This record gives sequence, C-alpha cells and structure tokens, in this order.
Amino acid sequence: MGELEGANMEKFITLTSTVVPLPIENVDTDQIIPARFLKATSKDGFGDNLFRDWRYDKNDQPIASFVLNNPTYNGEILVAGKNFGSGSSREHAAWAIAGYGFKVVVSSFFADIFKNNAMNNFVLPVVVSEEFLAEIFDGVNANPAITLTINLEEQIITNNSNGKSESFQINPYKKECFVKGLDDIDYLISKKDMIERYEIARV
Amino acid sequence: MKTLFDKIWEAHVVSTVQDGPTQLYIDRMYCHEVTSPQAFDGLRNRGLKVFRPSQITCIPDHNIPTINQEAPIADPISKKQVDTLERNTKEFGLTHYHMGHEKNGIIHVVGPENGLSLPGMTMVCGDSHTSTHGALGAVAFGIGTSEVEMVLATQCVFQSRPKTMRLNFHGRLKAGVTSKDLALYVIAKMTTGGATGYFVEYAGEAIRAMSMEERLTVCNLSIEMGARGGMIAPDEVTFDYIKGREFAPKGAEWDAAVEKWKALKSDEGATFDKEIDFDATDIEPMVTYGTNPGMGMGINESIPTLESIDEAGRISFAKSLEYMGFNAGEKMLGKSIDYVFLGSCTNGRIEDFRQFTEYVKGKKKADHVIAWLVPGSWAVDKQIKAEGLDKILTEAGFELRQPGCSACLAMNDDKVPAGKYAVSTSNRNFEGRQGPGARTILAGPLVAAAAAVNGCITDPRA
Repeated sequence: MGELEGANMEKFITLTSTVVPLPIENVDTDQIIPARFLKATSKDGFGDNLFRDWRYDKNDQPIASFVLNNPTYNGEILVAGKNFGSGSSREHAAWAIAGYGFKVVVSSFFADIFKNNAMNNFVLPVVVSEEFLAEIFDGVNANPAITLTINLEEQIITNNSNGKSESFQINPYKKECFVKGLDDIDYLISKKDMIERYEIARV
Repeated sequence: MKTLFDKIWEAHVVSTVQDGPTQLYIDRMYCHEVTSPQAFDGLRNRGLKVFRPSQITCIPDHNIPTINQEAPIADPISKKQVDTLERNTKEFGLTHYHMGHEKNGIIHVVGPENGLSLPGMTMVCGDSHTSTHGALGAVAFGIGTSEVEMVLATQCVFQSRPKTMRLNFHGRLKAGVTSKDLALYVIAKMTTGGATGYFVEYAGEAIRAMSMEERLTVCNLSIEMGARGGMIAPDEVTFDYIKGREFAPKGAEWDAAVEKWKALKSDEGATFDKEIDFDATDIEPMVTYGTNPGMGMGINESIPTLESIDEAGRISFAKSLEYMGFNAGEKMLGKSIDYVFLGSCTNGRIEDFRQFTEYVKGKKKADHVIAWLVPGSWAVDKQIKAEGLDKILTEAGFELRQPGCSACLAMNDDKVPAGKYAVSTSNRNFEGRQGPGARTILAGPLVAAAAAVNGCITDPRA
C-alpha cells in the first residue's frame, strides 16, 4: 500500500468525545442530506446542510428543538437509532457528516452502502448492542457532558459515564486503512497486473 | 451446490485481501451526473485514465427537466452538473447518452432495454436502485462515489461478500395485484432494514409467472428492505426479452450466450443463509402510510396502532405519522390526494403505462389532481405513442411529460408542495423526498390510476 496525501486522510487511533444524540430509527440518507443539495460537483460544503430539513425551517431559520441547534450537545461522535443511513447510496451523506465534524457514528445497526461510504471518508461506523445504545441515550439524557472513548486499535468502545465497554467489529484491512490513513484506490491500482491477468483468463 | 449469487460472484473475484474485502471485477458501470463528478475529479487529481472505457455508460437522468428538454436546463446548478458529466465523458472518452438523445432516460430503464445489462454480469452505479438489473440474472448493486472512482480507475471494487437470502413466492398474484404490490408487501413484512447485509434471490411460482418488466420492478425495490441487491434466475422470459436488443449478442454468439446463461440458477439443495416463504395469494394492492417504504399495508387495512409498535420504535412511528398528517389506527381508503406520479426506475416502463392507461380509459382525471406521467426513457415514450396510449390518456385528461427521474426525488422542477399528498409509483416515501414537506404514498400503477380518477385512495378492483 502506498501512502496517499490528501485533505481527507486523517489518521485515527483513539478518540474521546462528548456525543450528539439522535434517538431516531431508520434515519435515511435523504434526511442526512436532501436531494436538492446534491447538485454540487465538489465534496465541500455539505456539512452546512447536514440534516437540513430537521435543522432549519422553510425560512432557513434554525429549529430550536433539533439537537444540532441545541448548544447543550456537541462533540465528534454522533449517536443514532438503529438502521442509520438507509436508502439512497449518495456518498454526500458521508461528506456531510464528515464536513460537519463528526469522526464517529455509533448505532446498533447501519445500512450497507452508508457504512462503506463512511469508511471511505474516514468516518468510523461503530456498531453496538441495543442495550449499550440505550444506555448511551439514557446517560446523555441525564448528563449531556458524558463522553465515549473509541479505541480503534483495541476495537473497544467505552461509555465513560458508567464505565461499561463493548468490543466492535471492523475488518483488519479497513482498520489498517484507518490507522495509517490509506485508501482503497491506491491498493487497487497496485494490483493492475492482476486485473489484466483476470481479464485474459476469463475470455 | 451453489446459489445463483455464489456462481456470479465467484466468477468475478480477482483477489481477496487477507482478513479483508473481495476485489470484485465489474463488467459494466453506469454513471449519472449526481454521483460521478467527484469521482472524475479524483481521477484527475491522481493523474489517471479510465481503465476500461468501453465498459462504462454515462447517462444524465436525475436533474433532467420533463418539459422543454429542447431548451437548455433553466436551473444553472442542475445545468452545471449535467454539463460536467458531458465534459467528463469527452475528456475520458466514454459513451454518453445526453439529454434528448434517443437512448436517454433513467439508467435503470435504459440499460435493460438496450441489452447493455445481461445475465451473469456484475454491474454497479452510484445509485442504490442499481439492484434493478439483477432481474436479468445478474449481480448488480449501488455504490458510493469513492467506489465509482475505484471502478473508473481499475474496473474493480472492494466489497465484503454479502450473505444470501432466498424469498419464495408460492401461488400466483391475484387479478388487480401488481409486482409493485408484491414488492411493497415484502418490504412491509421484512421492514426497511430486514435484508441489510444480504443479497436476495426472488423465486417461486409468482416470480416465474412475471414478465421481465415486472421482475425489474421487484428487483428495483430490493434496496428498500436494505438488501445489497436482488436477483432472479434467467429463463425463457429473460431470453425472449433480451433477444434482438441493440447490444445483446447476435447470431452464433447469441446461441452460445443462452447456453451459458441457462446454467445461471441456484443448484438443487444449495443453501442460503436465510430463506423465507410467502403466499402470493395473500397479497392485496398496497399503499404506504408512513415515511419509509417498510410502512406499507393492504389498501383496505388500517394504519397500525401505537401500541402495536415496539417501544424503541414508537418515537419514530409517531414522528412519521405526524409528518404524514395521519392518525394511528385509521383507514387510508377515501383519503383525498393532490398529486399522482407515474414513472421512475420502479414503474416507468411500457407495461406500467399500459396498466395505468387501461384503468383510466373512458374515465376522467379528478379535477383537483395534478398528474405527472413521466416515461422512463425515450424508447418508452416512443412505444406509448406507437400503441396510441397517449391519445387515450389525453382523452382522460392526462398529459405525457418527457423522460427522466423527475418527481421520484425532485431534483428537477417536479416538486410536490409542502403538505400535499402524492400517490407515487416511485420507490421512496422519505420525508421531503418529493419536495420539502411533501407527503408521499407509494403504490403501484393501478392504485395510482384509481387515485388520479377518483381523487382519493381507492381500491382499483372496486
């Protein structure tokens, strides 16, 4: 694998942060970034429109009850209800989450395409049990200052409000990409001779 | 003993990273204007060319207006995105069916109808409804823009191998029940995340009895239960559909291809990670009442009560009904609607227009209903006119628009206003999907036709 330099390539080992809770299930990528904001031809600026229609009213005024507009909650970890990122394959959803400043999304269940898109943008999706997720929501409800620690090397997430930990899954290849800040395209390009051999062999 | 999925997947594995994903070879990639510009930028930044240009087909569809396509696109941001695709295809030497081209239309309609999508292939597109093409007996799935860049650069993607699931449909669909109803029924049973992590094969008598276009509708909606993709083993229906299409094999090559395609089926005794049986005769015309495609019900049923929902899901359920302006426990029948949309990669094919037209023939559109009838491609438009369906539609008070994704996701001007109800043959009823504040009721072409004529939710069999 060759090193690649780029704005998005940030190395990730451990993170301790307060959390932003979003206890809604089946959050689809149309909510994360509505279709009318997909017309850009670069990856920049999507964070401003993250959860646009939950965050702003039709006059573009912030909706006070939405969590991103509540100064009580902030941090680099978004915690969401199960089946986060369902629906459209738009990678703009991952760009919006990364652009807003989240480095980790915690849920009990992620949609497949979103999970790939998040990882390809160095946003770590962490799958926890339903109980662990419920305890985070209860904890942050009682005290918005609670923190989670994500240790990627050890694959452990800790809820620092009650000291409970869970291990989470990530395949070793992707983990190495995260830790070293590498991306798939470099790896695939380094395998071009293998691709050409495959093409010849299948004819 | 292998499943259909195993056979196609394994034939496309270039390598497997130790403890990591599979490097999968992609036979064909489709690109549209929304999810490709950043991928082409990525290639430029890395100083790369497209690795296999002949295997990429580019078609703008999401932003395309459905009136006055002869004129330049009025919205400057939409125009820039569509122009950017054209510029990229020129720079990288790729096939491009521009707006107004006879082969322009929605990618998932154009691919199969031109014989670009074939059995046994792997196909991807930066679009979750790429699952549509699996109906031909292929492994087809949606990908993100980083993955589009991978395919442009190497004709491969990295994917974890999904688990396999087979859904068996015993018996036949009843009269007046469409393949869209079957799909909405299954999604309601499975829930919107119920097939996440799986690749689904649809099988059984009801599937075998379907036309190719009905199968395309079923596979199209696989993603709405979270599945990575959906597929149906090819048979005579498939071969008859493909034969003679422009990019399909011809002559001796055709015979050899069909021989090969006949082996594309799950072996007797092959095991799936999950297998579920359904009785197709249980299925009624369907409508959705909520804000994800899993919130569907038979048209004569009632919306679930709050107490019947899992405790963890109650906040989301209540939020959903509040958005829709519906009450738990009430009927949908007779509810007044404002818009009807016939079209999209789900139901924008000729058979959908035939069904809709058959229902409205000799009737009149309700005065208060605004109806958008959008063919999935110029080829569909041509066929509608060749069959004289346009005349019947005009007599019933409808007009035909020009092809594109249109009100399915409202990236063009076809937006349903806030608070208005749309009965839509598309695939998603998410909040704001058809315009900020728009309320979408998903249904098949017959329920859409009945709603357009009666101005309210109506059982098309009544």
